[in-house]
Amino acid sequence: MSAFMAVLQRDLRLALRRKGEVLTAVFFFVVVATLFPLAIGPEPETLRKIAPGILWVGAMLASLLSLGRLFAPDYQDGSLEQMALSQAPLPVLVAAKVTAHWLLSGLPLTLLSPLLALQFGLDAPTMGVLWLSLLVGTPLLSFIGAVGAALTLGVRGGEVLLSLLVLPLYIPALVFGSGAVEAQLSGLEYGAQMSILMAMLLLAGFFGPWACALALRIALE
Amino acid sequence: MLSVSNLSCVRADHTLFRGVGFDLAPGDCLHLEGGNGVGKTSLLRILAGFSPAAHGDVRWQGELLGSSACRLSQDLLYLGHQLALKEELNAVENLQASAAIAGTPAAADAALAALQGLGLGSRAALPVRVLSQGQKRRVALARLLLQTPPLWLLDEPFVALDGPAQRWVASLMEAHLARGGIVLFTSHQPVDIGGRSRSYRLGA
Repeated sequence: MSAFMAVLQRDLRLALRRKGEVLTAVFFFVVVATLFPLAIGPEPETLRKIAPGILWVGAMLASLLSLGRLFAPDYQDGSLEQMALSQAPLPVLVAAKVTAHWLLSGLPLTLLSPLLALQFGLDAPTMGVLWLSLLVGTPLLSFIGAVGAALTLGVRGGEVLLSLLVLPLYIPALVFGSGAVEAQLSGLEYGAQMSILMAMLLLAGFFGPWACALALRIALE
Repeated sequence: MLSVSNLSCVRADHTLFRGVGFDLAPGDCLHLEGGNGVGKTSLLRILAGFSPAAHGDVRWQGELLGSSACRLSQDLLYLGHQLALKEELNAVENLQASAAIAGTPAAADAALAALQGLGLGSRAALPVRVLSQGQKRRVALARLLLQTPPLWLLDEPFVALDGPAQRWVASLMEAHLARGGIVLFTSHQPVDIGGRSRSYRLGA
């Protein structure tokens, strides 16, 4: 547990010392979500209809943007070797890195989302569901993305490969995440989509770090 | 007790070495020698469990490396070419983070004392980014004071160090041997570890 906290603390501290990287993902999300209402025009009906999809795709791309830097710096400076030799199991340390990634990319996006939802004219209950779906969905994106980041580590042109690998895996999260908001918009029950999203998060949270650790050991060979 | 028998290493269809074998008991020190590219680093990485050997056995306390009973990766300190330092963090934060990640957390006082022992006390609060190459190496080597598992695998520990720092590292290794530790290191220069080291030439 102390090794988990050490990795988490170190990654958060590093992020504070180079704020640019964290702000890039958040700023990207804000810009993408702002461009659409400007481009599509002010009809409230249309905007409300496309809001869940756009905000979710924006969050997805923003999360992808910072994935390339998840393991690469540790791989280059040798920290990853030291993590592999730790007394603590590697999946636990990986889970700490993914948690840090979520705290630095997913959580800020989630916190900002109601503000951006205002541009699409969403009402308060829908905003709440959007917020909730992103709160469950963004850690899921981090866990799935981490596996892709670990698999493409040390590969030439890995960044492009990473998006090709990860984006299709994001589809279920996207479908059920924006589906929940859509359901609330059309006055339906959104519990089912939310439960599936939560179930996927549990699965990814359990198996993701373990798969990452295997991929990282191959990268270190 | 570390025993290596008939070890060979193949990289990209090219045999780096074969038939390497030695036994190291507590208090033993082995100086790995050999020209560039004969596989010194590859040998250390095999022992650290990063890459598999093509043939041969590595046993630690009688247990085969790779078996679930083998505790080798918990019992070793590996210092590679890459220093595992974070440029944005200062020396104390780096040391504390690496000690905690290894599973042996160290207090800030202990980390600072280790750095002072290396003559880096006045640089302890600076980001590692601004330190010189030799000073960065000293920060990385300060881990030898904070983490003392039985087996040390040191890849070129003396490179980029000045005379006093080299003697300091040699004395640390001597102290480790005196308390029953095992040291395996690579170096291109002749080093005196209190007369306790024997050398093994790879690729001869």
